[in-house]
Amino acid sequence: MSDILSLSLEDAAAKLKAREVSAVELAEAALAAAQAANPALNAFSAFDAERTLAMAKASDERLGKGQGGALEGVPLAIKDLFAVEGVETAASSNILKGFKPPYESTVTRKLWDEGAVFLAKTSMDEFAMGSSNETANTGPVTNPWRSRDSNAPLTPGGSSGGSAAAVAANLAFGATGTDTGGSIRQPAAFTGTVGAKGTYGRCSRWGVVAFASSLDHPGPIARTVKDAAILLGAMSGHDAKDSTSLPEKVPDFAAAVGRSVRGLRIGVPKEYRIDGMPAGIEKVWAQGVDWLKQAGCEIVDISLPHTKYALPAYYIIAPAEASSNLARYDGMRYGLRVDGEDLLSTYENTRAAGFGAEVRRRILIGTYVLSAGYYDAYYLRALKVRRRILQDFEAAFEKVDAVLTPSAPSAAFETGAKSDDPIAMYLNDVFTVTANLAGLPAISVPAGLDGRGLPLGLQVITRALDEETMFAAGAALEAASGFDARAEKWW
Amino acid sequence: MTEAAYTLPGATGEWEIVVGMEIHAQVASEAKLFSAAATAYGAPPNTQVSLVDAAMPGMLPVINRACVEQAVRTGLGLKAKINRVSRFDRKNYFYPDLPQGYQISQFQHPIVGEGELECERDDGSRFTVGIERLHLEQDAGKSIHDLDPKYTYVDLNRSGVALMEIVSKPHIRSPGDGAAYVKTMRAILRYLGTCGGDMEKGQMRADVNISVCRPGAYEKFRESGDFKHLGTRCEVKNVNSLRFIAQAIEYEARRQIGIIEDGGVIDQETRLFDADKGVTRAMRSKEEAHDYRYFPDPDLIPLELEDGLVERIRASLPELPAEKRARFAAELGLSDYDASVLASDRDRAAFFEAAAKGRDAKLVANWVNNELFGRLNKEGLEITESPVSAAQIGELTGLISDGVITGKIAKEVFEIIWGSGESPAKVVEERGLKQVTDTGAIEKVIDELIAANPDQAVQVKEKPKAMGWFVGQVMQATKGKANPQAVNEILRKKLGV
Repeated sequence: MSDILSLSLEDAAAKLKAREVSAVELAEAALAAAQAANPALNAFSAFDAERTLAMAKASDERLGKGQGGALEGVPLAIKDLFAVEGVETAASSNILKGFKPPYESTVTRKLWDEGAVFLAKTSMDEFAMGSSNETANTGPVTNPWRSRDSNAPLTPGGSSGGSAAAVAANLAFGATGTDTGGSIRQPAAFTGTVGAKGTYGRCSRWGVVAFASSLDHPGPIARTVKDAAILLGAMSGHDAKDSTSLPEKVPDFAAAVGRSVRGLRIGVPKEYRIDGMPAGIEKVWAQGVDWLKQAGCEIVDISLPHTKYALPAYYIIAPAEASSNLARYDGMRYGLRVDGEDLLSTYENTRAAGFGAEVRRRILIGTYVLSAGYYDAYYLRALKVRRRILQDFEAAFEKVDAVLTPSAPSAAFETGAKSDDPIAMYLNDVFTVTANLAGLPAISVPAGLDGRGLPLGLQVITRALDEETMFAAGAALEAASGFDARAEKWW
Repeated sequence: MTEAAYTLPGATGEWEIVVGMEIHAQVASEAKLFSAAATAYGAPPNTQVSLVDAAMPGMLPVINRACVEQAVRTGLGLKAKINRVSRFDRKNYFYPDLPQGYQISQFQHPIVGEGELECERDDGSRFTVGIERLHLEQDAGKSIHDLDPKYTYVDLNRSGVALMEIVSKPHIRSPGDGAAYVKTMRAILRYLGTCGGDMEKGQMRADVNISVCRPGAYEKFRESGDFKHLGTRCEVKNVNSLRFIAQAIEYEARRQIGIIEDGGVIDQETRLFDADKGVTRAMRSKEEAHDYRYFPDPDLIPLELEDGLVERIRASLPELPAEKRARFAAELGLSDYDASVLASDRDRAAFFEAAAKGRDAKLVANWVNNELFGRLNKEGLEITESPVSAAQIGELTGLISDGVITGKIAKEVFEIIWGSGESPAKVVEERGLKQVTDTGAIEKVIDELIAANPDQAVQVKEKPKAMGWFVGQVMQATKGKANPQAVNEILRKKLGV
């Protein structure tokens, strides 16, 4: 049965449809595997087996009648940022511990409408703020991958680290993630999985606990590009409840997978060649360029001159929005409350006990950059940088159809290695934040292993609303790399 | 401005007052500014609260178009510039009745720009106040501190209700004008149907900015636009009645004059009006002012008004008080005073116009302004609660115009139909109240009266005014039904006046 869990989502869905396996069997197998793995990987923050089996049973009934959606009977893991009605949705934070929303996020609603089965909530960096999945209130998530030369636990990246670990360890056929500065793509790169986000506004943010509203992109993590395309297609669509949702039709993303990339112009930005980048990353990037060239793409050297300002701008805008978005966690209506002598001390006690150090740090940074006298120097200037970064891409997309870069500046690192150095941690997002600032579709595709046997990812960024080219180019890389390495089961 | 400025005497000479106001007017709408929750007044606590209003995790605001249209409508009523593109910002602060931890407002780019309001004083004279801007924002919930000795209770029914903040220029120059400005604004908003204007229900409240200056300084300010000519202002928050607004302005101006004349300086600060004592009290100084950390709300895109919206709303604007007043005077021949009183309130005007349809408008105006309003005032009723309908008043005045009843009898009929819903004509018919126009019958009564009172009859010849006594007697004898004109005519003839 565990073999079936290693199938792609696409194949599993086909087997379900062909009634070769029942949704209940699949759900039971996934639940058993996930629960067995959790003491070691700690990828899941909440299960609801009853719900899982009830949903699977309902899927079987539909499948039995020849009905069912594109994801009918497929168990999916859900990042703890998405509200799932009646299931603890805590954003991996003590301040929301035990919070069970009386509502369902639009994205998960869409997945259930396509027949997907809820498997579990996945752990994440608290409030999606981090790149290592070490700050969850449920403890760090461990990457299923290990270095060839050491058994030291590695981080799965973050913030969607639980989702990435679950998919990489064949515990779920796919998972939702959110990507604010790279939180889908970097963990995908660290775990040998595919992580994608669409254009800003493709996926509704309604019912997704907000981190930084203008940068938050829901998206999928999966084991193949096709699976990611199927999932993103199901998650996308206009939602009147989200004012920033795009009122655009959603193309058939999955149909773009396998489409010829011949003649596609691929930009290689020189600014992404940063100092101190490991040779393995350099190598896999060059390899990716070669693969696409061989597939008939035209390779164009391009410049995205404001790239170096992206990370600082991101670490102003994201905390600024977060400082305001997280103000609602005040102990008054839901979640944690630690009473004090008076109102002010109740606020202070609640928020001090409820938020971890990284969340507090970002609230402080955000509050500072929005303060009178600092707003112009920080926030306003960051917005200007953001515009320049978008203009860089717009100029580049006059000449090219897609941009190819590494996904992250390193492979997975050891748990604890960067916990005490926020700047080193923030540098993880150096290649990914630009697509968030510009709101562009971006995907990370596994491209090979480094010297220690750890997966590395390549990123493809495309024009707004052109997810199809992103998936086509991603699939071309996937096909050329033939990447099929999986973490050896040790858990 | 040629009229003399309102001044307050000080020990060192005369002082003038300069006032600007921020009026918070609740938008008349079924749903809140960013959620579908209801806005009805007086609902049980926390029964009109959506997931958005309670700021549950992951909830997002979606603009209510009806509120946007109301703001545009109000802007047009204030002859203001409508901004095709505006934007929402977050104003961040913590308070238990502010679930989001921020208020969504329009800080930098309001939906309505500069306009003006022609205001009317009680004596009928007028003055114009410039409008700086109008923006949309969310109301907060209500904190209730007196239900429990230890805890504060919160009612979120108001949380997220749409407010229009209407900011005036500092063009208000006296306590009375402060009240007149708000009163005129209320009338306009009620005409437009964009705000109920009920200050007791919190539908309108004002923050009043007050400063004092020496004569001449204000004119320099108006010429140059430079605020340095004006004194330091203090803001009195949340004043919620016309009377309190006038009181707060006067108290605050005198307080400031006192400080300056004692050699002190005015600190720019926020103050509260204590209605019980009629004084203002310091709330927080400029240094203690919140840093609201305004920034564009990333959950909302800029608000763009589609083509034609402004024109469509403009075309649907009702006749406003100033136009109505002018029309009442010019077309219906009402006195300035009557036209003004009737036009000042939408419901009054509507009542009057319904009653006056096809009738003698001046007579109806008289009746509505005197008899009806007098009686309603006495009973503490609003025009909308009137126990006598516009149709009844119309019919009643029609009976007078047609000579069916006398004015005196009409007052009697008015008493009878008050609350009974009866038709005045039917009452007159059934009770035999028709006036006597039969001169023979009147002559008979007069002859008898003169015969019985020969001395009085002689007196009238010397003192014609004494004829009034005979008129009264005739009326009494005929139970008020005698046609007064006929009575006068016959009496004059018979008494030789």
